[in-house]
Amino acid sequence: MEIINFTPVSALVGGLMIGLAATLLLLANGRIAGISGIFAGIVRPQAGDIGWRVCFILGLVGGGALYQCLSSDSSSLFVGVDHIEAVVSKPLLVLGGLLVGIGVTLGSGCTSGHGVCGLGRRSGRSLVATLSFMTAGVVTVTIVKAVFGG
Amino acid sequence: MLLFYRYGFALVTGLLFGLGLAVAQMIDPAKVVNFLNVFFQWDPSLMLVMGGALAVTFVATPLVLKRDKPLVAERFSLPGKSKVDGKIIAGGVIFGVGWGLAGYCPGPLIVSLSFFNADILTVFAAYVVGTLVTKWLMARSA
Repeated sequence: MEIINFTPVSALVGGLMIGLAATLLLLANGRIAGISGIFAGIVRPQAGDIGWRVCFILGLVGGGALYQCLSSDSSSLFVGVDHIEAVVSKPLLVLGGLLVGIGVTLGSGCTSGHGVCGLGRRSGRSLVATLSFMTAGVVTVTIVKAVFGG
Repeated sequence: MLLFYRYGFALVTGLLFGLGLAVAQMIDPAKVVNFLNVFFQWDPSLMLVMGGALAVTFVATPLVLKRDKPLVAERFSLPGKSKVDGKIIAGGVIFGVGWGLAGYCPGPLIVSLSFFNADILTVFAAYVVGTLVTKWLMARSA
């Protein structure tokens, strides 16, 4: 095993921002910053519960837009985005997206909901969920890399 | 007036969350897949992303929940379920496989919509379909 492309500073700073955002949403709105859950409440809405969700999702997209304005190839914190590209072919992108949608709906959460917020609440349920998706992720990539190389 | 603050905080926290995901480079699927590529060429960065986020939430969450209520909402809306069932594990595994394939989980995927990129829209459309179909099936079998 060799270490590649380790970017500890941007990882840590980004992680702290995520933790701060999740804490603020809980403190102010009393809501868990589980992205899959917040988004699910828009695609299958209950009356009176949509407004804050739309605002949060718009904020997410806005954060991405803001980042692109701030990023440049010479920055180590706001790293340039030109090099970002898909890691698999379109059919596998579709399959991956489908499985993510199925999985987070069935499992009631994703990396933010279970991994960041759930573990923060000391939820055993979230620990099991996190271990499940982490293991499955590692196994999947290991098999793909072993079979197809790269 | 309270609604303004509720929407305002939701927007600002979404912005901070999205910016954080981007700073952490989680919008780069290669960094995610390389994190999961533990046995071959490993990029440990995602570990520090989660670590950094957890460092805050693990400390702050119990403190916040000591309050009677949130700042601008009636009450805390926390998940009611604490039981570990087959759905949690199955869902986690299925999600993990999809995550390992595409290199995207919901947060970075939505943040990446700001790129107006065809590949992103493809994954996102599939994600929405997967979500809707599963929700529908789960509602039917309830």
